[in-house]
Amino acid sequence: MTSEFAQPTLRLTESQYATIVGHCYDDLPDEACGLLVGPLGGNGEPTGAVSEARPCRNVDASAVTYTVDPRDMLGAMRAAEARGDEIIGVWHSHTHTDAYPSPTDVRQSVDPAWMYVIVSLRDQAPVLRAYRIRGEGIAELAVTLERG
Amino acid sequence: MAVEIKLPTVLRAQADGQATVSMDGATVGEAFNALVARYPGLRGNLLDDSGSLHKFVNVYKDDDDIRYLDGLDTKLGDGDVLSILPAVAGGV
Repeated sequence: MTSEFAQPTLRLTESQYATIVGHCYDDLPDEACGLLVGPLGGNGEPTGAVSEARPCRNVDASAVTYTVDPRDMLGAMRAAEARGDEIIGVWHSHTHTDAYPSPTDVRQSVDPAWMYVIVSLRDQAPVLRAYRIRGEGIAELAVTLERG
Repeated sequence: MAVEIKLPTVLRAQADGQATVSMDGATVGEAFNALVARYPGLRGNLLDDSGSLHKFVNVYKDDDDIRYLDGLDTKLGDGDVLSILPAVAGGV
């Protein structure tokens, strides 16, 4: 039912992956969050390429919730605009649960075109997964790591 | 006062796909009233039933959150830029 929006593939560079996962560990015991900046395709939706992964402050400073500092979002929006890109998604960590959107994540999802990246730190190795969320629907996206 | 209003991607479909619109208003509230008069689909995303700024929206006048200025009564000058940002949040 949700497969029709299980695209695009999220294409992270190795350094973007390291930025995201490193930021999630740095913010322990709290949840970490950040924004993805990248291009839109001709359909007005993200292509899956990421030009920048921008760590943001979690103003909740909480182990169970996050809110992206709006000042960081303003900065991301300006940086995106300067590149001719857009904010195309958000990441956050789940410190003790699966890398799967919680009911709160679904309820508070902002944009059906965005890619929602969740990094689980529950186990010894981090697990990064990406999703799109439309209404109550959740579709997992493929994630590739590229050199760079 | 002519001001620029920057819209997040999720709201652009309700404003003919535009990323930035120019509106007149002496205050943020006046500029928003002009905005939702032209694009009525935006009203529910910006304002609650009482006409206050929706709690899931942040609005910056240049570098300042209008909640820490005078809210919708914040005065505007020519060339000011209003950025509308959705609140991005979640949790376990």
